[in-house]
Amino acid sequence: MKIRRVGTAGLLIECPDAQRVEDWRAELWKRRATGELRVAEIVPGARTVLLDGAAPGTAEALPGWEPAPGRIQAEGPLVEIHTVFDGEDLESVADLWGVTVDTAVRRLVETPLSVAFSGFAPGFAYLRGLADEWAVPRLAAPRPRVPAGSVALAGGYAGIYPTASPGGWRLVGRTDQNLFDVRREHPALLTPGTRVRLVAM
Amino acid sequence: MITVLRAGPLTTVQDLGRPGWAHLGVPRSGALDAPALRLANRFVGNPDDAAGLETTMLGCTLRFERPALVAVTGAVADIDVDSRPVERLRGCQLFEVPAGGVVDVKRATRGVRSYLAVAGGITVEPVLGSRSTDTLSGLGPARLADGDTLPVGVPAAAPMLVGEPARPGGELVLGIRLGPRDDWFDTKGLFGSPYRISPLSNRVGSRLAGTALTRTRAGELPSEGVVLGAVQVPADGQPIIFLADHPTTGGYPVIGVIDDVAPLAQAQPGTTVRFRELD
Repeated sequence: MKIRRVGTAGLLIECPDAQRVEDWRAELWKRRATGELRVAEIVPGARTVLLDGAAPGTAEALPGWEPAPGRIQAEGPLVEIHTVFDGEDLESVADLWGVTVDTAVRRLVETPLSVAFSGFAPGFAYLRGLADEWAVPRLAAPRPRVPAGSVALAGGYAGIYPTASPGGWRLVGRTDQNLFDVRREHPALLTPGTRVRLVAM
Repeated sequence: MITVLRAGPLTTVQDLGRPGWAHLGVPRSGALDAPALRLANRFVGNPDDAAGLETTMLGCTLRFERPALVAVTGAVADIDVDSRPVERLRGCQLFEVPAGGVVDVKRATRGVRSYLAVAGGITVEPVLGSRSTDTLSGLGPARLADGDTLPVGVPAAAPMLVGEPARPGGELVLGIRLGPRDDWFDTKGLFGSPYRISPLSNRVGSRLAGTALTRTRAGELPSEGVVLGAVQVPADGQPIIFLADHPTTGGYPVIGVIDDVAPLAQAQPGTTVRFRELD
């Protein structure tokens, strides 16, 4: 493992792959819950886990907390996203994959996804699980406005826009589920570790 | 209750922000010059985390329906109460406003952002534990508009007068701890010549203009978590220092982290910035 310093009270754990990020994220959340780890934020990324506002001594304790590799599968609750697959870029995604639109949709609904990390906007989750060779490039020019609820792909990730915003991901469908609501006890529907399935409507 | 007669270009409600939600993509937000807001709150007897107003450059004008004790800190700006000027003592204006009184915070003559605290605090509905406006994600109350009204809470018993204000203005020397991605750059460029604060700066970040930093390794960095004060270097090589409304993750490498962002909240466009390495 490699730990990098981030300012005075931040630490960045570098991981070889997304599975290892999930292992570390789950391990650190568990240790925070027991009070063993004192930290303001635990923020998973694509290949890293950031600790922000960590108590002194955390860097020294981390090597002893290294989780067993690959032990943890995404263990969060399963959330089904009811999706209408009529996105403007669905055909271009099918073309990039070299398959028909029906086959592309079948791939999307048959692949178990899980939340790797969040960012970009409150409640926006980067969903992993799609095969590496299905990675699609972002649009050359982002759309000035992507409607809330748009289900989209970019790189190796799927994602759902919680609110209307500019965006360069390829739109494959839409959902009317509310991804982020500050009035809920748990405002984000999709949190790191949550398992996700797209269900065709 | 307060009525906004002139909102100014960007006046927002701010407290000390909403930390603890970064893993859901929620920015920390909060006052850009947190020490200035704390000081204003202390002058009027509020807890440090009470909400006040953050103005930008041109101030704002407010009518107070009830008598109030008010303090303004941060950027140096003249203030009138019912068209009579308020004296500035110890870097702060502390004054009483009668029922129906009009407070006019004028253009900043030094610094950028003034912080107005009223005894009792601004008590708009909190969102995820904070009353701060987040200009990146849109959480919290909208930026103020002319005609808005703001609720005020019940004042504490006795104000306590403590603290010394920051002294905004002049050339800034920022202490920076290199990392986590300083190995992606030739870091000499950062210390070799001064930068200037670009007018494109906002609550998300202070953009700097100067020597473009050169990357010593190619390739894309997978998105990772970023912290307050992170100095991110995008493709054009011009650094951006992340302030309170910064995104929670980013895809450009971070060359270092500034130890104190409060002076940046008061740095006008064109201000000279130098970096000093901390160990």
